[in-house]
Amino acid sequence: MAKEDCNILIVGVGGQGNILAGKVISQAFVAAGYDVKQSEVHGMAQRGGAVSAHVRAGEKIYSPLVPETSAHYILSFEYMEILRYLNYAGPQTTALINDLRVDPPSVASGGMKYPDDTLDRVKQKTKNILVVDANKVAREIGTERVFNSVLVGVLAAYLPIKKNIWVKVYKELVKESLLDINLKALDAGLALAGR
Amino acid sequence: MKKVLLTGNEAVARGAWEAGVGFAAAYPGTPSTEITETIAQYDEVKAEWAPNEKVALESAIGASLGGVRALACMKHVGLNVAADPFCTLSYVGVNGGLVLLCADDPSMHSSQNEQDNRYYARLAKVPMLEPSDSQEALDLIKLAYEISEAFDTPVMVRVTTRVSHSRTLVSMGRRKAVKQKEFVRNPQKYVMVPAFARMRHRFVVERMGRLAQYSETTPMNTIIKGSRNLGVISAGVAFQYAREVFPDASFLKLGMTHPLPEKLIKKFARGVDKVFVVEELEPFMEDQIKALGVAVTGKAALPVMDELNPDVVREGFGKKRKRHPVEDTSKLPQRPPNLCAGCPHRGFYTAAKPLKPIVFGDIGCYTLGVLPPLSMHDACVCMGASIGVSHGYSRVGADKKQKSIGVLGDSTFLHSGLTGVLNMAYNKGVNTVAVLDNRTTAMTGGQQHPATGFTIKGEPTKAVDIAAVVKALGIERVFVVDPFKIKETRAVLKRELEIEEPSVIISSAPCPLMTRQKKKTPFVVHEDLCTECGSCLRINCPALTRRGGKAFVNNFLCNGCGVCAQVCGFGAIVREGEQPAARPKKAVAKK
Ligand SMILES: Cc1ncc(C[n+]2csc(CCOP(=O)(O)OP(=O)(O)O)c2C)c(N)n1
Repeated sequence: MAKEDCNILIVGVGGQGNILAGKVISQAFVAAGYDVKQSEVHGMAQRGGAVSAHVRAGEKIYSPLVPETSAHYILSFEYMEILRYLNYAGPQTTALINDLRVDPPSVASGGMKYPDDTLDRVKQKTKNILVVDANKVAREIGTERVFNSVLVGVLAAYLPIKKNIWVKVYKELVKESLLDINLKALDAGLALAGR
Repeated sequence: MKKVLLTGNEAVARGAWEAGVGFAAAYPGTPSTEITETIAQYDEVKAEWAPNEKVALESAIGASLGGVRALACMKHVGLNVAADPFCTLSYVGVNGGLVLLCADDPSMHSSQNEQDNRYYARLAKVPMLEPSDSQEALDLIKLAYEISEAFDTPVMVRVTTRVSHSRTLVSMGRRKAVKQKEFVRNPQKYVMVPAFARMRHRFVVERMGRLAQYSETTPMNTIIKGSRNLGVISAGVAFQYAREVFPDASFLKLGMTHPLPEKLIKKFARGVDKVFVVEELEPFMEDQIKALGVAVTGKAALPVMDELNPDVVREGFGKKRKRHPVEDTSKLPQRPPNLCAGCPHRGFYTAAKPLKPIVFGDIGCYTLGVLPPLSMHDACVCMGASIGVSHGYSRVGADKKQKSIGVLGDSTFLHSGLTGVLNMAYNKGVNTVAVLDNRTTAMTGGQQHPATGFTIKGEPTKAVDIAAVVKALGIERVFVVDPFKIKETRAVLKRELEIEEPSVIISSAPCPLMTRQKKKTPFVVHEDLCTECGSCLRINCPALTRRGGKAFVNNFLCNGCGVCAQVCGFGAIVREGEQPAARPKKAVAKK
């Protein structure tokens, strides 16, 4: 059976662990037998800049970049960050948004306003929107640091990849001492998606 | 064999290892850095961080002459630094195979210019290969070593950010056993005095002829048959974009882009109705193809700057962009990169700001000081330039009204600052230079360098003493300050700016992130003492913000450096667990 194309954007703020999340998701597609390309930009991103990772999976993938209007999923680690990537969205997009606000410096110092119309603007592109509080869920599990795995779990609930594959990939990529807590976070994310 | 996901950089390193490479040298630079970090993990490879790209390439030349396959890696601007050995290495040729890996950065994700280094291959008359994904990166590197030894030439492999930092599937192989060759003395080949260089230049020209022949037949350059209506000539990651946008077209996919396969290009063009050339940055292939008399469309449709992507290619060639209303994302609050919480550079700039110096900066994390509200950079050209520029500026008396200072980092100082300091001492400089020594190459991810005391493999080694070096270069006024002590640092700076003698200030404190310092106790704002004046916010620390008017420290982000506490005029910011001083001390920063 031919594998259907899947275009994913994982967006957020430098240091949130979305590059690692991109790695986990790509590896899961590989383990499920897809051709995969993933792209990200390092460098200045570590310094608190906006960060995005593109993941593309399918039968045969050429460009490592998701074309505009063609994202199937946008996973936003921070609430307003999804707005920067709306050109990638279309009616087919599912927007998964973490309810976490990280003030950009221009907002922190009082010059600019944090946008208050995020959901309205996303709604103009797609009806499929899920907002979750992954940080709260991660705190309940024991440490906020694994909120990225909660978000991976939320996305995983939508993807055509079986649970045992996610577990296998986590075993490959995460240090043994941190494996249990990350798998717990993954489970919590799957549950949070309520699918 | 099972396929694995590798970044282009990891694949280059793996390919070089499989090719039997025994020596790799580099100076870090995005997007090339991880190649050398990866290859350093192989026991069979002697890997080194060189102080700069020129030394990296020269060491690789030595390893090649010593009969070992050698790799030198650098970012595009690094080749400017290594261009001197590179252009003559072309004449000298190799003993063990030698590859120069150079990583260009279209769109300047983390670079100071967008130069297209493919022209270096033409300049130096050196063959060039361009992979378009990780599998090709691995395969072409291996081929590059075969070409290098078969044709007695260094080979340039050119990647771009999108190839370096994308993960794609790769099948890996085994390491080839290559025996170290003898070095046989041969001055006519290896000693480039004019008489010998003339002979070798003739050899190089002939070599280009043979390489052009090779380019016609190598499987790296292939025709992918598709529709007659359209033919596309492309290389590198641009090929992947073009393939996606023109799924039915015929393709001439080039893995070897210098020298170009002229006959193959003509044959391809005859077989299709029209030809597009899809390449990033300059019309490097297009100009040469047009010179063959082949009509093509390239830069008439595509920009000569910025990365391409499928959307730009689609729109450039008149295919409709699929977009519905374009979102204007430019009005969103931006997230520019910023100095981290606890960064010692912030302390230095906070100390310097009230003195209002003109800052001739340099390239590193401290360049981020250009952003408001710090606004502490007035010029920045290339690595090491801060010293020469500040010398020339003060030498012509331009800083009579407003004092100037050169500012550079420790890694940059060791890369190309030494000769600048020597020049200040020798040519009666009157300028002041500050070396912001954070004990690492922070901007590129925290690499070791000659003053950190460790090699790329983590082995302890000699740590150069920067102050001693500066003194040995002839500077008498050398002072070491702690940038987290704002008052003291400012006093030294003020004095040195005024004195008409060359001086070097070493601002010394480790980068808390890259050198993995233990987190210090964070600070808190005592709201009853906070007057909402905002002076603490003007140091632009990511851990500081306002909450309901009052300053607020995010204790998760705060690294406990205490710079904000020192600029608060009301003693409102105090280390957690400590009490505010009874009477507020006077602020050290003027507003
Ligand atoms: C010729 C050249 N080589 C490499 C680079 C990449 N690069 C940019 S900044 C930097 C290192 C800066 O280190 P340092 O001077 O110690 O400053 P820090 O970032 O640690 O503050 C490097 C290697 C470059 N821009 N130019």
